[in-house]
Amino acid sequence: MTDLLEVRDLTVHFDTEDGLVEAVDGVTFTVSAGEILGVVGESGSGKSVTALALLRLIRPPGRIVQGAVRFEGTDLVGLSEDEMRAVRGTRIAMVFQSPRTALNPVLTVGRQISRLFELHQGASRAEGRARTIEMLKLVGISEPERRARQYAHQLSGGMCQRVMIAMALATSPRLLLADEPTTGLDVSIAAQILDLLRDLGRRTGASILLITHDLGVVAEVCDRVAVMHAGQIVEVGAVRAIFARPRHPYTQALVRSIPRIDREGTMEPIPGTVPSLLAPPPGCRYADRCPRVLDVCRRDRPALRASTPNHDVACHAVEVEDATARG
Amino acid sequence: MGFGRYVLQRLLLVIPTLFGVTLIAFTLTYLLPGNPALVKAGALATPEHVAEIERRMGLDRPVPVQYWRYVTGFLRGDLGESSSTGRPVLEDFRQRIPATLELTLASLLVALGIGVPFGVLSAVHRDTVLDHVSRLLGVGGVAMPSFWTGLLLLYVFFYLLGVAPAPLGRIAADVPPPTRILGLYVVDALLTANGPALVSSLHHLMLPALTLGFAVMAPLTRMVRATMLEILESEYVTAAWAAGLPRRRVIYGDALRNALIPVITLLGVIVGFLMAGNVVVEMVFAWPGLGHYAVTSLMTKDPGPIQSFVLFVAVMYVFVNLVVDLLYGLADPRIRLR
Amino acid sequence: MRWRRLTRNRLSFVALCVILAVTLASLLAPWLAPYDPDNPDAEATLVSVSLRHPLGTDGYGRDQLSRLIHAGRVDLLVALSATAIALTLGSALGAGAGYRGGWVDQLVMRGVDAVMAFPAFILAMAITAALGNSIANVVAAIAITHVPIYTRLIRGEMLRVREAEYADAARTVGNRPHQIVLYHLLPNCVPPLVVQATLAMGFAILTVAALSFIGLGIQPPQSEWGQMTAEGAGYVVSGEWWLVLFPGFAIMLTVLAFNLVGDTLRDLLDPRMRGVR
Repeated sequence: MTDLLEVRDLTVHFDTEDGLVEAVDGVTFTVSAGEILGVVGESGSGKSVTALALLRLIRPPGRIVQGAVRFEGTDLVGLSEDEMRAVRGTRIAMVFQSPRTALNPVLTVGRQISRLFELHQGASRAEGRARTIEMLKLVGISEPERRARQYAHQLSGGMCQRVMIAMALATSPRLLLADEPTTGLDVSIAAQILDLLRDLGRRTGASILLITHDLGVVAEVCDRVAVMHAGQIVEVGAVRAIFARPRHPYTQALVRSIPRIDREGTMEPIPGTVPSLLAPPPGCRYADRCPRVLDVCRRDRPALRASTPNHDVACHAVEVEDATARG
Repeated sequence: MGFGRYVLQRLLLVIPTLFGVTLIAFTLTYLLPGNPALVKAGALATPEHVAEIERRMGLDRPVPVQYWRYVTGFLRGDLGESSSTGRPVLEDFRQRIPATLELTLASLLVALGIGVPFGVLSAVHRDTVLDHVSRLLGVGGVAMPSFWTGLLLLYVFFYLLGVAPAPLGRIAADVPPPTRILGLYVVDALLTANGPALVSSLHHLMLPALTLGFAVMAPLTRMVRATMLEILESEYVTAAWAAGLPRRRVIYGDALRNALIPVITLLGVIVGFLMAGNVVVEMVFAWPGLGHYAVTSLMTKDPGPIQSFVLFVAVMYVFVNLVVDLLYGLADPRIRLR
Repeated sequence: MRWRRLTRNRLSFVALCVILAVTLASLLAPWLAPYDPDNPDAEATLVSVSLRHPLGTDGYGRDQLSRLIHAGRVDLLVALSATAIALTLGSALGAGAGYRGGWVDQLVMRGVDAVMAFPAFILAMAITAALGNSIANVVAAIAITHVPIYTRLIRGEMLRVREAEYADAARTVGNRPHQIVLYHLLPNCVPPLVVQATLAMGFAILTVAALSFIGLGIQPPQSEWGQMTAEGAGYVVSGEWWLVLFPGFAIMLTVLAFNLVGDTLRDLLDPRMRGVR
């Protein structure tokens, strides 16, 4: 089956007062129809920027330097702003990180949803209102008529998140970008939201790109996962495979750092910090923190190659390992 | 109920402020040179006569009593008398307030009408020529004394270009003022369909309104720009854009609506500037308003008007700020619906 | 983007130079001014900008450049004195209110609210009218209208810092209250005070100029920039523009310089107060 989304070599730079920040560098991954791809990494790894870049929402001083984003066969990077606007909210939608701040404080939540129906589907006010109520019911908000007339500050965090999901799914997009949808929510509410996302995804057949820093979320909901570090994808594969056999040293460290209730042992934080993206090192960006670093790592940037079918890794050490294993 | 509390809070705060205001105004009044009894009695009065009037006016009573009479007198409408006009100050006020009101409103329109769009466009087109010009005007505008601006405008538009009238008042000498409905010449002329009066009063209102409007525009533009910039960075603007709303609509709809709310709070301060600026601008253009009246009474050592003027302005200012606070509470749903 | 920061600093450097130049000119006025500012010259009345009189002369034939330089002394003196007095008085009040709390605090804050309930210029007008037209009274009037700013600032800092650990530590070590205030709490307040005072200088100059313009405060023959503008006002309608342009420009330039320096100081000294540029 053809992929719904194919991102190839996406690079985003920011011209800041302090210099050029290479926020996203050569990112490549795919999303198939109906699947949930997790994008996981520390803060500052470029996950959110990637999502914004997909929707061409990068504003100056940022810009997409190069790359292709093929969605349903069309390269989004080459589209005009008007053409792109037709994609946003209709074919690709996004759910943002902090639900309260992502909702307009001076408009009722109902209005924020219903106007999308008016905009994208040419609905009348009344129709928009009706569909909004439907949508709110779909995302599990009780008393939708009353809630629709309320403002963001009157709703709890979990409810705001549901409203956002309702906004995003209003026009049945094919792809949903969810940027840290559960961060800042109570654990139980977070679980509900994740279930909701998964259900709605299955029901509408939409694919979901789930950005998170929480491996637990990935394990819970995602089919495949891409691991990002310092603006680059270091490993991509099925969730089961990645968790069972993480290949990239960073992924291994991430998986190891999850506290497990059934295992004894101390917590193992990852040493060092994400390198500054202002003047990133020429070779592998994980080199300074990597326990398996080789000389070549500091010189050449490792390419993302298939280690096993459906399991790509960008690491020299892994390459060597694989070559040796093949004999 | 939250909003009710907000209103109550604001109202309660006003009371001690008003008390302090009357205290200060009274102290200043008490210190003013000039003997109001002497003024009332006239220059040729005998000392006994003056003393009699002093007794009647309560000037021989202890200070707290005088204060009480001062405040109650003000509330009653007894604002003393003016020696230059020979009339009760209240009468003079009533005659002069419309002129000041008209100037204030016109200047407010100018400031809002030019300042707000400038600030918004400046934020939307950040770091362009427009932005730099607007910021330059903002920084420069705050430093320019309003009387200087007015005089320069007079020189250019009256003397050099001849498009503005001589600074002799609200309307040309040979045009009778319109029938008094509100006392605002422009409005009255419109209401009575009085063409010549409308043209002439607008003509005369032009420069003073521009001067005063420009004087208060600078802080307004700055704040609008800063608020707008902040909001353009906010997540809900990006989210609206991500939902497919056209960029223009997001900026001039969603973002602007949010940006204008904090600007309401600035209105109170601006009205304060306007009240103060009125005094100077009215002098420059010989505009027969309250400020002009206050200054001329000062010059002629006529103490009556200035006492009441100061108190009147302060009380007005307190109430304007109260109204602004309430408006802000209404406009922001986060406060209106706690 | 980087050069934006540099130009900002260059601009304030220029502004600082302007302030220094004006101050210097005022101090050296008697030696710098080419003519005696009060000396009328019936032969040279209403002379426009020329070599002999670079800024022209007025209706009495007095050289405007000389008058301008001498007038600057008054403006700067008044602004400086008023600011200094307001700063001292306001800080003392704010420190007392913030540190003591309770009814002292309430009383001071109500007083501050009452003073701030007047538009500043109107209050200055009323005070000058009440006290009489002299330089000292103008200084007092402006100082009074500025006191609330400093009071609120210092009180705010006091409240913030009063609970801080090192104040407690100092107290336990045995420092007396006024020592704590002086050595521990006040140094924190210096940066915002400096910023505020610099910006207040500009307002002070505008206020004294406006007061003189309407005839309060500084009286002729003492020249002052606002008063010079008032004298020149009558001539605008007949085309003698130089009498109004130069004194007003002097006001604007000086106020602008203080504002720019104040803004830069704010950016440098207290990033918390940084607004959007």
